[in-house]
Amino acid sequence: MIEKEVVVIGGGPSGLSAAIEAAKRGVEVLVVDENLRAGGQLFKQIHKFFGSSAHRAGIRGIDIAIELLKEAEKYGVEVWLNSVVVGLFKEKKVTIKKTLADNSEKLEIIQAKKIVIATGASENAVSFKGWTLPGVMGAGAAQTMININRVLPGKRILMIGSGNVGLIVSYQLLQAGAEVVAVVEAAPQIGGYGVHVAKIRRAGVPIYTSYTILEARGNKGVEGAVICKVNDKWQPIRGTEKVLKVDTITIAAGLKPLIELAMICDCKCSFIPQLGGWIPLHNENMESTNSGIYLVGDVTGVEEANTALEEGKLAGTAVAEALKYISLEDARKTKNEIWQRVNELRMGPFGEARMLAKNNILIGFKNILDS
Amino acid sequence: MALRKTGYLTKEELINSNRYPSKERLNKGPVAIIECTEEIPCNPCEVACKFKAIKIGKPITNTPILDENLCIGCGLCIAKCPGLAIFVIDKTYSNKEGLVSFPHEYLPLPITGSTVEAVNREGIVICSGKVVKVLNKKSFDRTPVVTIAIPKDKLNEVRGIKRLKNKH
Repeated sequence: MIEKEVVVIGGGPSGLSAAIEAAKRGVEVLVVDENLRAGGQLFKQIHKFFGSSAHRAGIRGIDIAIELLKEAEKYGVEVWLNSVVVGLFKEKKVTIKKTLADNSEKLEIIQAKKIVIATGASENAVSFKGWTLPGVMGAGAAQTMININRVLPGKRILMIGSGNVGLIVSYQLLQAGAEVVAVVEAAPQIGGYGVHVAKIRRAGVPIYTSYTILEARGNKGVEGAVICKVNDKWQPIRGTEKVLKVDTITIAAGLKPLIELAMICDCKCSFIPQLGGWIPLHNENMESTNSGIYLVGDVTGVEEANTALEEGKLAGTAVAEALKYISLEDARKTKNEIWQRVNELRMGPFGEARMLAKNNILIGFKNILDS
Repeated sequence: MALRKTGYLTKEELINSNRYPSKERLNKGPVAIIECTEEIPCNPCEVACKFKAIKIGKPITNTPILDENLCIGCGLCIAKCPGLAIFVIDKTYSNKEGLVSFPHEYLPLPITGSTVEAVNREGIVICSGKVVKVLNKKSFDRTPVVTIAIPKDKLNEVRGIKRLKNKH
């Protein structure tokens, strides 16, 4: 059995950030990622990030990914790509289906001292008549096609959902040369930031609030879509149907944390809809109810990459502290600074709900400890 | 605000929230207009301004406030804004025309001297414009800034151009 000090599961922004922060202090870190390249969703985020200019705001996600990979290499973080974690045990044993250089597969069991779960989130689906037709896809899938694979999913797009993902991917589809015929939003108001929606509005994209999708039409693929108004109980209003000529329907209906690994090693969870569903509880060190197993990024509640990066730093610092690579005092100072930044990122009308929900995770964790 | 329903700000909303330069200032020459009215955690514009004309402070969810007397309308902030929400307008360009500068992250880029269709915040073509300048400096990090000349009475409305089609 291989022994490692820390195994980080998932090489997206939060996982890489945790790995770098721990490795920087001298901790031996292995990152396991099921993809062919680490970086998570950052490589498809070609837009400039919001946040504090002192901490990578204004830089495009794709460039942050390149920086993180360079830093990980610099501090000696080991990365296993194309490798899937298939088992995780409370005793901090990890079973990994590793892909070797010759493309053969090997099952490896690693005994780690600490585990960081950074598995991210997956897109929610919306079901409607015709939703299984080719051409109906997640907004994230469309974003992967245009920004990673350079393939246009279609020429005339209907976007379902006006949260930041729906708005940003609409903009990027325009940049890729598609036409976004409309953005449909079931709520009476637009979900995402005003600046994101203003960008696609001045590019001529109409937004239908209080509308939903009823049907995707077509034989071998999407040829059209039927949308209609909804009442204040979210029910379709007959007679308000509109038929749009589109060849692609992209769905941006939120994300759900990928908590399976946290569940199989019995981390206690709580249902927090504002953060995407069931969320594993954790303390200020991002440590789960299982001591030595940490959680960072979207798996602890769906937010943005800038908070994911900070959460990774928190866990990385806490791990280095627990393994005695840094003093208590040094760790406390670093973690306080990170918490200040995280709290600032969660302020304002868009962040408030997340801030409250994230606090409920900390409270839930304390309650479990007390009982 | 109508923004959350319609997806764009009106000039009245900008004036009412104290975000539109005064008439006196507009008559003096180029000045930035920051069309960012929501408290989101973001502050690159504040750092981008060499003249300290943009104030956000702490917390970073404060909305940016422009000091119109410190702003010289240089336009450095346009490409730095991750929300692409900053514009510069110049009422003093000529007798009949003024200039509007805006971020334009679409290819192909317009060519200096060409005539383009100018759009308002709703994406509706409201007049034609002449491309005066296309800046795409390395420091802009792939956010080109386009300046077009348009009739003066359209300066408060025009915020971009119709995307140009690729010639295949």
